[in-house]
Amino acid sequence: MSDSAKNQKTQFYDYHVAAGGKMVPFAGYLMPVQYPAGIMQEHLHTRNNAGLFDVSHMGQVLVTGVGVASALEKLMPVDLDALAINQQTYATFTLPNGGILDDLIVTRWAEDTYFLVVNAACKDQDIEHLKSYLSDFTITHLDQHSLIALQGAKAKDIMLKLAPSTSDLIFMHGCSVQIDGIECYVTRSGYTGEDGFEISVSNDHALAVADRLLAFDDCKWIGLGARDSLRLEAGLCLYGHDMDQNTSPIEAGITWSISHSRRAGGAKEGGFLGAEKILKHLADGAPKKRVGFLVEGRAPVREGAEIADNDGNIVGVITSGGFGPTLQAPVAMGYVTSALAAVGTQLNAIVRGKLRPMTVTKMPLVPQRYHRGK
Amino acid sequence: MTQKFYTKDHEWLSIEENIVTIGVTDFAQEQLGDVVFIELPEVGADLIEGDEAAVIESVKAAGEIAVPINGTVVAINEDLVDQPELLNTAPEDEGWIFRVSPSDGLETASFMDAEQYQKYIDSGE
Repeated sequence: MSDSAKNQKTQFYDYHVAAGGKMVPFAGYLMPVQYPAGIMQEHLHTRNNAGLFDVSHMGQVLVTGVGVASALEKLMPVDLDALAINQQTYATFTLPNGGILDDLIVTRWAEDTYFLVVNAACKDQDIEHLKSYLSDFTITHLDQHSLIALQGAKAKDIMLKLAPSTSDLIFMHGCSVQIDGIECYVTRSGYTGEDGFEISVSNDHALAVADRLLAFDDCKWIGLGARDSLRLEAGLCLYGHDMDQNTSPIEAGITWSISHSRRAGGAKEGGFLGAEKILKHLADGAPKKRVGFLVEGRAPVREGAEIADNDGNIVGVITSGGFGPTLQAPVAMGYVTSALAAVGTQLNAIVRGKLRPMTVTKMPLVPQRYHRGK
Repeated sequence: MTQKFYTKDHEWLSIEENIVTIGVTDFAQEQLGDVVFIELPEVGADLIEGDEAAVIESVKAAGEIAVPINGTVVAINEDLVDQPELLNTAPEDEGWIFRVSPSDGLETASFMDAEQYQKYIDSGE
C-alpha cells in the first residue's frame, strides 16, 4: 500500500489540491505543507492579512457528565470549575512521572460539558486515556466535525462580516454562532501569535463555511510549514518536539498553564497525575528548561542540533528551529541545564560541525497580538 | 563553447574552458522553497565526486549539494551570502553556487543533457 493510501483526507483535501497545495503525510492525514506562494509569503500573509488553516486532523472531543470538571482535573493541573461557560484554557494531560501526554485547549461548553481540542498524532491515545480514567462519563469523539483557523491582522474584519457577534469575543473565549445559517462553534484563539479564530463545524457544512471565508480577497489557505514558523516566532510549544512524556510542564516553560489553585497552598492543591514531581519542580526548580534562542547570522538551527557552552561542553539540545520570516532571522528553542537558562546567556548550536553563536532570549520573539479586550 | 549538463540530483554543470560552474536546477529550487542561507565551500578545497560541497537551507529544510566531479574549488558565488534568494529567482544564472577546476579528464557520459533531464523530471523519479 502506498503512503497516500494509508492516510486520511480532511473535507478540504480537494480544496488544498485545487489551490496548489503540496500534500504530505502528517499524523495520519494528507495535509498541505505549503501552497505555490511558499512558506515565507504564507507566513507574512497571515501576519499582515488573514490566513486560513485546515486543522481538521486535530482531535475534537466532548466530555460530559455531572461532576466532570473534578474528574478531568485529575488529568490536568488546571481549575476547570473556574472557567466560565464559553471560556477556554490551555492545559496539559500530565503523566504519573510528571511528564506530558499531550497539550490541549479545553473549553467549557456547559455546566458539565467540556470541549477538548487535542493534537492529531495524540488523539487516539488521548481518547483511550480519557476513557480509562473517566469511565463514568460520556466521551464523544467529534470525528464528523472539521476545524479551521482564521488567523491574522484582518481575521476580525472578516468575522465581523460573517458572524458579527464573534468580533466581541476576547482571547480564549468562544460562542455558538450561525454563519449563513450553519451552526458553528467559534473561539478567539489560535497557534500563530496573531489575533484569530477557530471554527468547529460539522463536515457536511465545512466547505460552505470555507467558501464564505475564501471569498474575501484577504483570506488565503496557509500550510503546515508557515503554521510552524508562525508558532515558533510566537514562542509556542509543539508537542512531541518541545515537550514530551519525559518533560514536566515546569521544564517545558509552561508553568503559567498550571492554575494557582492547583499549586502548593492552593484550594485544590495537587490531585493530578504527576503532582508530586511537578509541584516539586515548581518549588525547587527543574534540572533543565526550555528557552528560546536568537541565532547570529542567517543559518537556521534545527531540531536535534546540540547546544554547547563557550568551552565546548554539551549543555542541551535544540527541539524546534528554523527561519523566522517576520524576524528575517533564524529562531530556535531548546532545552538547557537550568543554570544556563537566563535571558542573555551566550551559547552555541553545533550545526554540521560548526559553532553557531546564539543568545537565550525572551519569548515570544514576535509580539503576540491577541485580542484581550480593552 | 559552453556545454551544459544535468545530474539526477538536480544539479546543473556548465562547462566553459575547462572550468565547471555548478548550481541547482529550477526544479530543485522549487522543491526546496524559499532559500534563506547557503553554506558555500572554501576556495581551494579539493573535492572528490560525492563530497558535500554546499548546503542550501530553505525555510523548510536543509539540502546538501554533492559535488558531481573530482576537482578543486576555484570560485564561489559571494552574492549568495547576502542574497540567498538568488537561488530561487535565478537558479541557473545569477544563482550559481561554485566553480570547480576538474582534477582529471572530465567524464560527462553519466550526465544528462537538457532534453534528457526534462524527461527525467517529467517521469517523476
